[in-house]
Amino acid sequence: MIDFELSDGDRRILEHVREEALICRGYARHYDENEHEFPPDELPEARGRQAAFALLRDRDELDSGLGVISMLVTMAETWGDYSVRMRRSRHGLGNAALNAAGTPEQQKKWGGLTLAMAITEPGCGSDPSQVQTTAVLDPATDEWVLNGEKIFVTTGCRAQGVVIWATLDRTAGRAGIKSFLVEKGTPGFVVAHKEKKLGIRADDTAAYVFRDCRIPRSNLLGGDESIPKQTSGGFRGVMKTFNMTRPGVSAIGLGIAEAALDFTRDELRRAGVEIGYGGGLAGQTAVAERFVRLEALFEAAKLSVLRAAWLSGEGRPNNLESSMCKAKAGAAVREITQGCIEILGPMAVSREHLLEKWFRDVRITDIYEGTGEIQRMIVARGLLNYTRAELS
Amino acid sequence: MISFQATDEQEIVRDAMHEFAEQVLRPRAREADEASRVPEELFAQSSELGLVSTQLPASVGGGGEARSPITNAILLEELAWGDATLALAALAPAAFAFAVADQGSEEQRRALLPAFCGPAFHAASLALVEPGPLFDPALPRTFAEPKGESGFVLSGAKSFVPLADRASHFLVVARNNGGRDAFVVPRDAEGLSISEPEKNLGLRALPTATLHLERVLVPASARLGGASGCDVQRIVDAARTALAAVQVGLSRAVLEYAVPYARERRAFDQAIGQKQSIAFRLADMHIETEAQRWLAWKAASLLEQGLPATRAAHHARAYSAQHSMWIADQGVQVLGGHGFIREHPVEMWYRNARTLGVLEGTLGI
Repeated sequence: MIDFELSDGDRRILEHVREEALICRGYARHYDENEHEFPPDELPEARGRQAAFALLRDRDELDSGLGVISMLVTMAETWGDYSVRMRRSRHGLGNAALNAAGTPEQQKKWGGLTLAMAITEPGCGSDPSQVQTTAVLDPATDEWVLNGEKIFVTTGCRAQGVVIWATLDRTAGRAGIKSFLVEKGTPGFVVAHKEKKLGIRADDTAAYVFRDCRIPRSNLLGGDESIPKQTSGGFRGVMKTFNMTRPGVSAIGLGIAEAALDFTRDELRRAGVEIGYGGGLAGQTAVAERFVRLEALFEAAKLSVLRAAWLSGEGRPNNLESSMCKAKAGAAVREITQGCIEILGPMAVSREHLLEKWFRDVRITDIYEGTGEIQRMIVARGLLNYTRAELS
Repeated sequence: MISFQATDEQEIVRDAMHEFAEQVLRPRAREADEASRVPEELFAQSSELGLVSTQLPASVGGGGEARSPITNAILLEELAWGDATLALAALAPAAFAFAVADQGSEEQRRALLPAFCGPAFHAASLALVEPGPLFDPALPRTFAEPKGESGFVLSGAKSFVPLADRASHFLVVARNNGGRDAFVVPRDAEGLSISEPEKNLGLRALPTATLHLERVLVPASARLGGASGCDVQRIVDAARTALAAVQVGLSRAVLEYAVPYARERRAFDQAIGQKQSIAFRLADMHIETEAQRWLAWKAASLLEQGLPATRAAHHARAYSAQHSMWIADQGVQVLGGHGFIREHPVEMWYRNARTLGVLEGTLGI
């Protein structure tokens, strides 16, 4: 049955997470202004508090599915702050790749590590088929030898290992690209520096250098060393990782956008601005009308994300929908935070408030995990039934 | 529990309505628009579908099925995909009938609803919109003056009243003692005059007219809900949700027309759909069509569960008004000169989108 109401069980979890989120918000400014510091893996306030994921275990059939509730939990978390968390999750994007493409043995071996994912290079971002980092098999030792540079590696400093994309054969394009697991401490693998960013400053982003870095042959994710003639195959397997992470990063951005809307609504109320929903345009002030439009935009993006996550929870394909919600949310969170600042005026750019930080933090949403343009490319190909060759 | 899963019955309704929209509505849409007239047989056909009667109580001769704004949102999207104008013509009586069913007194239900359950199409309309600029449904300029035992005297004007040429009754929204109320006014009431058909930008086939109420005396029993009155906002919320669902259907029609066109039309040795400027535009049209649907469903779901829906209905409505207009606009652009020519339906959808976006009332859900 089509329904948008939360069960009591859903509400309890989200209230619990929001309570924690407000605690995290108390640390938000500090770690934004002190980019070189890492927020602790566990806040002192976390001691004695039940972890939210424990509440997710005992769910009944009246509660929303796991796909949907995990998006709402994500939103409730980032509503507090993007990167200060009560307890830091051990999972990075590399873990998602391991789960999607690793063999059972590999999953067992590395599942306990926090894994980052390294795709982007100084010379390639949205087009990973241009990856220049090479992996060459040394038959004498049965090892892969990695050489190259990776940038913009999320959680790259803290991670215990990384899933990296490297090519076996540059002339083979996408088909030659494989992913490899490299543990920190492997000789030849250097964390070159930590990036300084516009927003999400408390989240570490690293640059890596690989120089004759040797890893065991069995570290090729999925274990398939062949280079298929057709350009789909293995590459598509890795790309599948994004079907749940794209709604996930959309939810991250939307949680922040919701914080911005809540802050703006409170300030407007204190300033005596009335926001009406029952009447027409004529009875509304320009400020209230603008605000309501941003609220509707938020709802539209949120429902798009929930729909993509719901499909995944139902075990249905959501490749197109996850790109749609990412494109939608990426644009929406920018418009919402930019708009909230415009509505509140000069006070909104003061660093006394978090709104200016939220405006900076959400900007990444339309860039990482595939830019808005890449998402539209995927949606358009699906819609028009075009192959990669027909539309690029 | 958050779920996007339509029930099996809702899937059946969707399929049946899509077939009707494809085979009956779409082929007649252009002719109806050119003639500014709904083909008579269409009213009979829509009556056979039981669009209004199915969800009226069995006690008044209806189908007795549970009132489901979600099912109706699904149904409206499909019909409007065929043609928004004809969908509005078929379902305008629902605004009247559902308001009476949901909020009327037992006496009003018994008196007014059986007419919608007979074999013939029965017209009655909600009269909410008013002429002149800055219309605000929260502050109608039609007034009801209480006259004690003898009832109320209604004064004012109502425009864009659908099916005014044939409606047996109008549900007139008026200011009453600072609040709002709705009054059942028969078309032959003394002091009520109905204008010549209005001529509008879009929805041209939908017969609409202006009502002039010059001291129209109605009995106390004409007040919807009897002595306790009714919640007019609920009627406005339902209409907004219904209009949002119609706009989803219109948006989808534009998109589904533009996509094959973009695959076929070639320029500079390529299908125009292979160019990013067109392809990305179509992707956004698809994204926004879907987003509109979820907003409409959310408002419909709140209405269905009897929960406050004013905010959600406003969000759905405002979002759909803006984005269905944008989608129709982009549809014209994708077709280029062909988007401007009446040989293709896109220019009609462009006019319809602008018209739908400023309407209030007209529909129930």
